Order: sequence, then structure tokens, then C-alpha cells
Amino acid sequence: MSHNISRRDFNKLLVTGVAGSALGIFGTIKPAFAAQKRVVVIGGGFGGAAAAKYLKKLDSSISVTLVEPKATFYTCPFSNWVLGGMRTMQDIGHTYTLLKSKYGINVLADSATGIDAAKGTVTLKSGKVLNYDRLIVSPGIDFKWSAIEGYSESVSQTKMPHAYEAGAQTILLHKQLLAMKNGGKVIICPPGNPFRCPPGPYERASLIAHYLKAKKPKSKILILDAKDKFSKQGLFKKGWDTLYPGMIEWRSGPTGGKVTKVDAGSMSVTTDFGVEKGDVINIIPPQQAGKIAFKAGLTDASGWCPVNPSTFESTIHPGIHVIGDACIAGAMPKSGFAASSQGKVAAASIIRLFQGKEPAPPSLVNTCYSLIGTDYGISVAGVYSLSPTGIIEVPGSGGLTPMDADADHLREEAMFAEGWYKNISQDIWG
Amino acid sequence: MQVTIRSLLTTCFVSSALLGAGAEATAATNPAQKAMEPNPRGQILSLSCASCHGTDGKSVGVIPSFYGKSPEYLETALKDFKSGKRYSTVMGRHAKGYNDEEIHLIAQYFGTVWQNNK
Repeated sequence: MSHNISRRDFNKLLVTGVAGSALGIFGTIKPAFAAQKRVVVIGGGFGGAAAAKYLKKLDSSISVTLVEPKATFYTCPFSNWVLGGMRTMQDIGHTYTLLKSKYGINVLADSATGIDAAKGTVTLKSGKVLNYDRLIVSPGIDFKWSAIEGYSESVSQTKMPHAYEAGAQTILLHKQLLAMKNGGKVIICPPGNPFRCPPGPYERASLIAHYLKAKKPKSKILILDAKDKFSKQGLFKKGWDTLYPGMIEWRSGPTGGKVTKVDAGSMSVTTDFGVEKGDVINIIPPQQAGKIAFKAGLTDASGWCPVNPSTFESTIHPGIHVIGDACIAGAMPKSGFAASSQGKVAAASIIRLFQGKEPAPPSLVNTCYSLIGTDYGISVAGVYSLSPTGIIEVPGSGGLTPMDADADHLREEAMFAEGWYKNISQDIWG
Repeated sequence: MQVTIRSLLTTCFVSSALLGAGAEATAATNPAQKAMEPNPRGQILSLSCASCHGTDGKSVGVIPSFYGKSPEYLETALKDFKSGKRYSTVMGRHAKGYNDEEIHLIAQYFGTVWQNNK
């Protein structure tokens, strides 16, 4: 095992080893001599909420505190469906009521402002200090605001939304689309790799096209991409040709796609090839790990958090597990599904560590469904395991919807996308 | 259940080293306890399935539920999805990610986890 166990931690392991075994014998009876183990989880998204719920589900004796400032969490998955007019914001909002009442998780509507890894404490905005035996950090992403000249958080809130954190940003972009004239131009600017939800910008283009085709058919969508290729590219392009011929143009980075500057006043963006004006401009800036990960010193030079791929424990600060978009997870994409899979692995590993037992070798999964039209769904699936080089995709597994998939297949995948959303939401927040 | 117990014994090396094999042997001979403690590898292989198929395999949407199915049924289904004998849009791509032993562990996990919820 590559776990870095300090003397203090090892003493803890001795104690928890005894407690864990006693629990094993007496079932749910909690031995009086065992101090209750405390896990604090920062972030109530796909990763953090899944980890909190599964910690409690798999070992109800653990005290779990979930720190999340938002009373309602709006998911990025299906936020493109809102832009396409197929869902409302209410449909993609989830609360923490059941995690509190059904699972006994202590949910604090607060945000973490500091982590002291040596003392094992988290300081909250309210001033409250939480002690933990193990900490899970699932902070999602932060934007590199200075990466594109002229872009800023305030520009994103007024003129050019990123809509890459769901909520007010989704509503703003949706309103702009509703207000746009027939014959208008929508510009979508995805960042280079790595970033959250690799197929997200292209599903977005598809579902905006779905709306425009029905309501404003003279309009166009221009994707100015920093990359020279993108997720599920062949499948998306085939879908666009089938459903929205001539409506969506994609330009790669080397062919004038890379946006270096924006001007909110004239609603224009600048690439190496010139200036493009848009009626609605969606800038998705380059990203890095969420703020608290930086504050706590959990990031490396890449701006993301290195972790032990078996347990998602930070390789910088033992006792802290980093999951979701913020962590470096080898071959896994940054997705809600991946975050939830990692949250469950972290939860199961933490329980084993509390019991003084070796965590089981991890197995991780991701499936990203993308909708191109109402009856046109595609997906990429992946099963991941541990290799000496880190997390890899199991050879021969996973992959994309076949390029020659027929209409029935695509319709079934569209239905499964909906089924997936219902089940993953229920599995995490329900 | 043979696999579950053997695997528990081998993976619980820390507590066995600390306590001797006594505690584990007690757990292993108590049939009620066997159901409570899933095979840890089986558990970690299985938890991600819930994201599409629902918690413990109890689906609330159009994706098929497998809550309450037997280990034998699940093992056959997974192997058939993997070989392509059973048609699927997505499931075959997942099933190909697991070897026979892993499929057996997943089938054991979901084939028994619902009994603990009774």
C-alpha cells in the first residue's frame, strides 16, 4: 500500500481496527469505547453528495457532515435540456432534505474557507470550525478568468454567460436565446483540455439548434473551439447533418477557432483569424480545481489535485480525499457520473481504513449520454481500473455509440439518457 | 458465499494481524453476519452500477431494474451482455469491462444486497 500513515494515524487505525471488528461481530450495536468517526465532506454536487450518502448507507455509525452553501443544487447535466426548452430549472434542482432526514447527514448551509490538514479541521465562512478524522473535498471547478482578454466574472454575469455551473448562468443564457431574433448568430467557445464534461459544449450546440430550428430557423450556431478535435465528434457531426443541416459550424483551434479576446460592448470575439460578432455569446473559459483546493494546498502545478488512484486520498495532504472534477483521475473524464463513482470509491475506502482494513482495489465507471435531438441520443461509456500507471480504461471495454446505429437505437439511448438522470439524481440526493 | 468469506479473510489482514483470526472466524461462522458484510471487492465493483440502474439496482426510470434478482440470473445476464448474446445499446460496452470473476462478484453483490433491506 502506498498510504502514508503517520504515527498518529496509525494509533487511530489501531483503535478503529478494534472498533471495526467489534462492529463486525455485533452488527449495528455501537461499542461504547469507540469514538465515533467523523467525516466532513466539502461540496454537495455529484461527488460530495454521493460520498456523503454512501458513507452513511454503508456504515451508519460514522458521523457525516456535508458543507454546501446552496440550498438547491442545479445540475450541469440536463442544463442543456433547459436551454433547448425541454426541461425547466425546477426539473434540474435538487435539495438536501432527504440526505438529512433519511440518512442522518448533518448538512450545513455554509462554505469552507480554510482547511488545516495538520490539525484535521475545516473552518467555515460562519466562523464555525469542524474537526474531522477524514475529509472529502469535492469542490468542482473554478474558472481561469484571465485566460481570455476582456472576459471576467462580471462579463459572464451580464453579457457573455459561461453556463458551465448550472443555476443563474443557465437562466441568463436561456433568456438571451429566447430574446434573440430569428436569423441571429449564437457563438459557443469551448476551452482546451482538460475541462468539465467534454461533450457538454456540443450537446449544448445540438439542443440550442433544436430550439432554433423550431422557433428561429434562420439562425446559425458557430462553435469556435480551442481544440482540434472533440468528444464524440463523428457522432455529433453526423447528428447535426441529419437533424440541423447547415445550422451548426464548428471551427477547430488551428483553423481560427481559438478565442483570445472578447469585447462585451460590441458583442464580439477575436481569434487568430479575425473578429466574429454574435447575438448570443457563450464563453466557456479554461478551468482549474475549485477555490478551496487551492487554498488548502491540494493542487499541483497543473491546477488540479493529485490523488492516490486507489482511494482518492491526496498525495499532498494525507487524510484528505479529493474527488470529482478537481482531482487528477487518469483516464477518467471530468463528469458528474465520474465524480459520483469516485465518491463511492472514496466512501468505501474510508470505511475500510477506519476499520483498519486495506481498501479493496477500485473499479470506476463513467457513462456520458448526450442528446442531439428529442429522439436522438448518443453515449460514451467507460469502465476503469487501477494499473501501475494509474487509472486506465479496461482494454476492450466501453466506447461510443456505433456510427451506424439505427433510429431505434438512437431513440433508446435518448430514453436511457432520461432514465440515467432520474436514477443518478435519486441515487445521490434521494 | 465461499468466495465472500475467503476474500474477507485475505483482505482483512490488518485487523487479523492485530487481533488474531478469532474475530474474523466468529463473523464467518455467523450466517446473519455473512449477509451484513458484503465482499469489499464485490461492493466496490457494484456501487457505480446504481448511477444508471438505481440504488441497489432499484430503477425509478426506464432503465431496467434488477433489484431482487438472484445472483445466478444476474451472472448469466452480464455474461450474455458481454458476449453479445443478449442485445443492448449500452450495457454490452460496460459488461466488457469485467472478467468472469468480477461478474461473479457483482452478481453476488446485487443478488444478495436486497435481502439485507428486508
